[in-house]
Amino acid sequence: MAGDVLVVAEHLRGELDDVTFELLGMGRELAGQLGGSLIAALIGGSGEMADQLGAADLVVSVGGADMSDFNPESHGAALEAVVDAKSPRAVLVSYTSMGMDLASTLAVKKGMAHAAFGTAVAGGENVTPEGGKRNITATSQLYGGKMDVVSDLGDGPCVVSVLAGSAPADAGRADGPPAAKESLPAPATAGHVRFKRLIEPEAGDVDITAQDVLVAIGRGIGSKDDVEVAEELAEALDAAVAGSRPLIDAGWLPKTRQVGKSGLKVSPKVYLALGISGAPEHIEGMKSAATIIAVNTDEQAPIFNFAHYGMKEDLFDVCEELTEAIEDR
Amino acid sequence: MNIIVLMKRVPDLVEDLEVDDTGKALDEDCVSLKLNEFDDHALEEALLLKEAGASSVTAIALDGEEVDKMLFTALAKGADRALKICHVGAPPGRPGAGEVGDYRGLAEIFAGVVREQPHDLILTGVQAADERDGQLGPMVAALLDAPCVEVVTSVEGSGGAVTVHKEFSGGLMAEYEVDLPAVLGIQAARATPRYAPVSKVRQVQNEATIETVSGSAGGGSGVSVVEMTPPETGEGAQMLESVDELVEILESKGVI
Repeated sequence: MAGDVLVVAEHLRGELDDVTFELLGMGRELAGQLGGSLIAALIGGSGEMADQLGAADLVVSVGGADMSDFNPESHGAALEAVVDAKSPRAVLVSYTSMGMDLASTLAVKKGMAHAAFGTAVAGGENVTPEGGKRNITATSQLYGGKMDVVSDLGDGPCVVSVLAGSAPADAGRADGPPAAKESLPAPATAGHVRFKRLIEPEAGDVDITAQDVLVAIGRGIGSKDDVEVAEELAEALDAAVAGSRPLIDAGWLPKTRQVGKSGLKVSPKVYLALGISGAPEHIEGMKSAATIIAVNTDEQAPIFNFAHYGMKEDLFDVCEELTEAIEDR
Repeated sequence: MNIIVLMKRVPDLVEDLEVDDTGKALDEDCVSLKLNEFDDHALEEALLLKEAGASSVTAIALDGEEVDKMLFTALAKGADRALKICHVGAPPGRPGAGEVGDYRGLAEIFAGVVREQPHDLILTGVQAADERDGQLGPMVAALLDAPCVEVVTSVEGSGGAVTVHKEFSGGLMAEYEVDLPAVLGIQAARATPRYAPVSKVRQVQNEATIETVSGSAGGGSGVSVVEMTPPETGEGAQMLESVDELVEILESKGVI
């Protein structure tokens, strides 16, 4: 219907991801602004999952256990089928590994406007309604979190890819099951993409999610040899070294030490961020740390917007001086 | 297997970024463009596949400042061909199609060029920091009606299909078998992207040529920018002046 909002539920290994509830909370607000209802698309989910989506007025399920493993091709086709059947005004997809396979594809195939890196969406608050229709605007966090960009998605159907953690999950949780449920048959696909297996991460020597203190290093560290400086500080602090994605991709730290969207979510007592700029993907993994201390030479680094304490200093100077100060105590 | 790597330049995020007078775009005077780091990983993965037996690697980019250097560097690293898209045609009312930030337009241009080239596997970076209107890889795939997998960290295989690893969160990965032709969004190559020495790039500049092709954009996504602003900082961090202050804070938190 004209003002309906469709949220794509995300699940892995039988569990709904928190981002689903964040999207439902956002979707409820948008549906209110547009005067439509809130629909959840559950692809390859279970009846138990559908019952957890009570914040939606309607849950449309496609496929069941046979589609429980994410497949970009078959899940993409299923989402298109839901969009065809329900003609929603806006589709909210998480900006996650799975969502990235769905959102852009849907937008192009269905000729829908799309905003990526989304943090907020509104039904016509910032733009003049024309011809009685209300435009939708979305805010995207671009340039590694250095700019917020508001886009006008027009008065037609649109897709917004929303960064995890953009809205509280509690707003999208409901006590009871959804008022209505429907199911659609899974559309046939060419079968060009075949799921083979899940690969568990290799167990690391250190569980960074269980540490009180993390010394986290980013691109500012400069070279693999310099990781040692952070390791010495971590030893003095009885802490572990963690890192942002570029360091892991470069092979300077093992994958088990990665904090962020494609890494681990951590919430230590103290998170010491050294030479980390604070791209949205990293913030997602560490923003619930009790105390965040950021050291960076770039005054504009977005990390300073999230940190409780900051130092505009060279990380090597701080590391060395702090290690000595702790050892001298 | 003919591999195509789609390359693009993005603003260097190390620089201070400022909004221009329109309030809708970056101030170009303080923007320096550099190769999207994920595209560098896509090129590396392509070169690894070539070393394992793939027949060719072609790097493609839209014309612009420093693009020749970017493409010559790709050739110096081992790419067989480099194509530069010049003379982009666009429907009336679509000035600047495919320019920085217009990814739907860029996808339309790339898809048109790829169709004219032998292609089995198309690799590009999983994302770019200015992809406001969608990810390039899946958009090109949708336009070519080819399968696509994003967030890929490993591609192996030959013949009609490849085996890829897609990353979820927490290091968990899924393995897929994907029929070719296909588009893959590369998160990280299996090895750190190789380095091409300046002398080698210079040598290639003298010996190799960059082919030019024309492209055309379609209608785009119709998404327009309302405003661009630095994020609200809220209270921001309390700035510390010395390591002594830092020590005091660590003490007050009971961690030393």
